[in-house]
Amino acid sequence: MNLLRYVIVGFIFGIILTKAEAVSWYRIYEMFQFQSFHMYGIIAVAIFTGLVGIQFIKRKQLKDIDGYPIYIQDKEKGNARYWIGGILFGLGWAMVGACPGPIFILLGSGFISVSLILFGAIFGTFLYGVFKDKLPH
Amino acid sequence: MEFITHTWHWAISGFLIGMVMLTLNYFGKVFGMSSNLRSICSMTGVGKKVAFFDWDWKSQRWNLAVVVGAMIGGYVAVNFLSDASNVALNPKTIEQLTTMGIDAPNGKLLPEALFGNEIFQSPKMIFILIVGGILIGFGSRYAGGCTSGHAISGLSNLQLPSLKAVIGFFIGGLLMAHFILPLIF
Repeated sequence: MNLLRYVIVGFIFGIILTKAEAVSWYRIYEMFQFQSFHMYGIIAVAIFTGLVGIQFIKRKQLKDIDGYPIYIQDKEKGNARYWIGGILFGLGWAMVGACPGPIFILLGSGFISVSLILFGAIFGTFLYGVFKDKLPH
Repeated sequence: MEFITHTWHWAISGFLIGMVMLTLNYFGKVFGMSSNLRSICSMTGVGKKVAFFDWDWKSQRWNLAVVVGAMIGGYVAVNFLSDASNVALNPKTIEQLTTMGIDAPNGKLLPEALFGNEIFQSPKMIFILIVGGILIGFGSRYAGGCTSGHAISGLSNLQLPSLKAVIGFFIGGLLMAHFILPLIF
């Protein structure tokens, strides 16, 4: 498996999210205070671009780089996991102003204190794995 | 160079993020960052004790490669592609932050009050960052995705479960920003 192309996509992704300031605690705070359109604009245009692209892929039945049909799996049906998990994630997102992508990007940028968030996020993932079967999904 | 070092317009940024997702689709993959946290857990060998981490994480090495690239990209963008005009917030937001004792950006991505190295001497700040991280890790795995997996990948593929998760993200985020954060600071 050639990993280089993924490193390159990641590299570009890291630059985009940093220059869009989507990795900034300030931008997330401003978004949740409804004091700027910036983050809402980014999310909306990203979804719109993806929507057009995916419709194009589906209608033209495009193949991926290895020649296989591009197939994007549907998310599992459910309620509790999406509502409860979503709300818990949102609490954390607004608390420290970062989601998983930005956590890694900020750490790479040299913000040492973000390692505490990463440590928490790994531990939180571990806790989910431990309690998974006891939770409503 | 100014068009690169200044804040990128939301329309350009959003378009490029959408293109990153589509590029990964073209590579036969699905864009989502939080599953890397699960891979990292599995890499420690904890899968022997907790079944959830006993899976073929090596099939997700490509996603860890995206993470490595993203970290380098962040480093390059912060150190070589930034200037003092960055993070120009709404003046009202800055005023609000000042009353909370949080410094204005002046080009910085993160406030010193929350992320400066002095916070390692503050048990309260260490606690906040770790608890925030736990909520992010637990919540994203419970919901099966984060901002990238649900908000971008899921919604652009018209997935109803992703819509529920994203509404949840905003319910939680608004509760935190308006009711809980003011109690903490």
